[in-house]
Amino acid sequence: MSQRIKMSERAPEIRNKDFEQVNLGYTDEQAAAEAKRCLQCKKPLCVTGCPVEINIPGFIKHIAANDPAGAIKVLKEKNNLPAVCGRVCPQENQCEKHCILGIKQEPVAIGNLERYAADKAAKATQTSQKEAVLNGKKVAVIGSGPAGLTCAGDLAKMGYDVTVFESLHDSGGVLRYGIPEFRLPAKVLDREIDSLKALGIKFIFNYLIGRTKTIQDLFEDGFEAVFIGAGAGLPTFPGVEGENFNNIYSANEFLVRINLMSAFKFPDFDTPIYKGRNVVVIGGGNTAMDSVRTAKRIGAESVKLVYRRTAEEMPARLEERHHALEEGIEFIELTAPVKFIADEKGFVKAVECIKMRLTEPDASGRKKPVAIEGSNFIIETDLVILALGLHPNPILPSLTKGLETNAKGYLIIDDKFMTTLDGVFAGGDIAGGSTVIQAMGMGKQAAKNIHAYLSR
Amino acid sequence: MFKIISKKSLSSNIKRYEIEAGDIAKNAKAGQFVILRLHEKGERIPLTIAGKDTIKGTINIIFQEAGKTTTELGMLNEGDSIRDIVGPLGHPTEIEKFGTVVAVAGGVGTAEVLPVIKDLLKAGNKVITIVGSRNKDLLILEDELKENSSRLLIATDDGSYGIKGFVTTVLSDVVSKEKVDIVYAIGPVPMMKAVANMTKPLNIKTLVSLNPIMVDGTGMCGACRVSVGDKIKFACVDGPEFNAHQVNWDELISRLSLFKKFESASFENFKHNPECKCHKE
Repeated sequence: MSQRIKMSERAPEIRNKDFEQVNLGYTDEQAAAEAKRCLQCKKPLCVTGCPVEINIPGFIKHIAANDPAGAIKVLKEKNNLPAVCGRVCPQENQCEKHCILGIKQEPVAIGNLERYAADKAAKATQTSQKEAVLNGKKVAVIGSGPAGLTCAGDLAKMGYDVTVFESLHDSGGVLRYGIPEFRLPAKVLDREIDSLKALGIKFIFNYLIGRTKTIQDLFEDGFEAVFIGAGAGLPTFPGVEGENFNNIYSANEFLVRINLMSAFKFPDFDTPIYKGRNVVVIGGGNTAMDSVRTAKRIGAESVKLVYRRTAEEMPARLEERHHALEEGIEFIELTAPVKFIADEKGFVKAVECIKMRLTEPDASGRKKPVAIEGSNFIIETDLVILALGLHPNPILPSLTKGLETNAKGYLIIDDKFMTTLDGVFAGGDIAGGSTVIQAMGMGKQAAKNIHAYLSR
Repeated sequence: MFKIISKKSLSSNIKRYEIEAGDIAKNAKAGQFVILRLHEKGERIPLTIAGKDTIKGTINIIFQEAGKTTTELGMLNEGDSIRDIVGPLGHPTEIEKFGTVVAVAGGVGTAEVLPVIKDLLKAGNKVITIVGSRNKDLLILEDELKENSSRLLIATDDGSYGIKGFVTTVLSDVVSKEKVDIVYAIGPVPMMKAVANMTKPLNIKTLVSLNPIMVDGTGMCGACRVSVGDKIKFACVDGPEFNAHQVNWDELISRLSLFKKFESASFENFKHNPECKCHKE
């Protein structure tokens, strides 16, 4: 059996200065060769690891036969955003984890093949999508992130008249404001969303449901069901002294300024950003990785990632961690901030940290970090980015009577993805999802249940 | 796109626009704001909703040309459009019958006070409005304020109109003469801070409307965080109104200076090359 074919990457010292993609994609030959590694299992285990239920051997078979157009057709039956998933899904924990080849060697590069098929289809003339027969029923989708887009796409394919309400001025949610272009180019995202528009989905921007209109208003306007994919909100702050000093950003603020507002092109664009010389990012998830790599790209001399456990425990994908290290990011493990220190004008100039050690794994198997007393030390910095996670967005539940949340603020949903309000469904971050693909999976399941609800 | 229906200069650098925005007008209440973006390259800035007409489907914004974006906004004319406006954002002012209310307004904050006192007066309060400006020419909305107040008191720094002095001078006089149940202060941060410092020892409940730096305005980025009573609050979703006696004013003043250098660089750049990008799209 042949080796898994690695996708070629741009050299770290070149790519860490721009926002072009890191991975270059497969050539036709590479894709066909990788596709031929697939054993075409009768009972494919990979599919069990896919939240959006893609017929994985089915699309790979077409690539092996040099038929990318056929591959994209199979992909799009289940996945409305294949070019996105091919780039940002943690396949190593999903489909590829279950690939039978993985037992003795490396699993089939399912993600790479998905990306190849999606990009190939975009280059060819737009594959005409089957127009669904409209059933005359209107569904409102709140939020145009991965959960909302998936739900909207599936419903449109079933014949629903779908309108997506987005509070920002552009579509995509976290796919646009959060994930940087070197991982997911805006053009690729635009293409995916254009193909959703081609299904007849309407997008309304600058529209904050809860404030501009209520969910009740939507029902009065003739929508028969509502899907809430409003995403995460309120960034978490560590609760340590000095965390509100100037030039301490949440990762969300930093990334929104760069990705959504193009602040790195200031003053050509009007949104400013302080680019930083010695940047410290606190956290260990994918958002932390996006932050360090972005800070490097806009010109920081040194970028340090401070994490309270070791790299091994970081929630970020292995690939992102590798890429960050290759690009010159320094990881400072087993370290946590205890205090921020500012100059006389209130601008951060240092962060005082403390070393941590890990306990033996607890009942849940996770090692707890504990501070080592007296190990405090100072890291000088002029820009701190806090990537410590987000709380669910509180606006909509706080303004909608009967829409209940659990203790953590997530919308309560039943096994049919319905919230505590009849006809109102939810998925993604706001209902406890935490990754793009989880959000997409929830959007997909919600769409099925909305269909069942409206067909009852 | 949101069309400008009418444009009026209220003083040399303060303008009022009436903008077509039917859905926002329908739900907007006193104390709320919008976030707007002029064009593809524009920044998102928060502006208070200074009035609305539900039948016409319009909202009013009043702004002072202070930096690049507001100056560029001021260059638009009737019939032009603003690319993005989202709102109404933030919690509305809680309107109830308090008794005697003193509303203190300064500068462009006067625009925000107007819808608040309108509703407070309607709710049966005695409304004493104190408005301050540097001089007579910078005073805005005098007639409207008078119409919606039980009593209007004017203070100018140079004494060119009304009482010579600051709004706090006038406020101090008012509270020494009658029982005040609640104070609203909306204006420049130093003014709000001064009012807070004055009413705190007197134990008069005081609310302020804060306008920190914002980006999305929907509780996503944390740029607008302020310390209120030792807790982090997000002005865009928890505010914009807060208990004045609990606000960490020095932190707010410091945080507002975050982009000072950038703002002046951008403004200088714009003044030397003042083409409006709105017309180029």
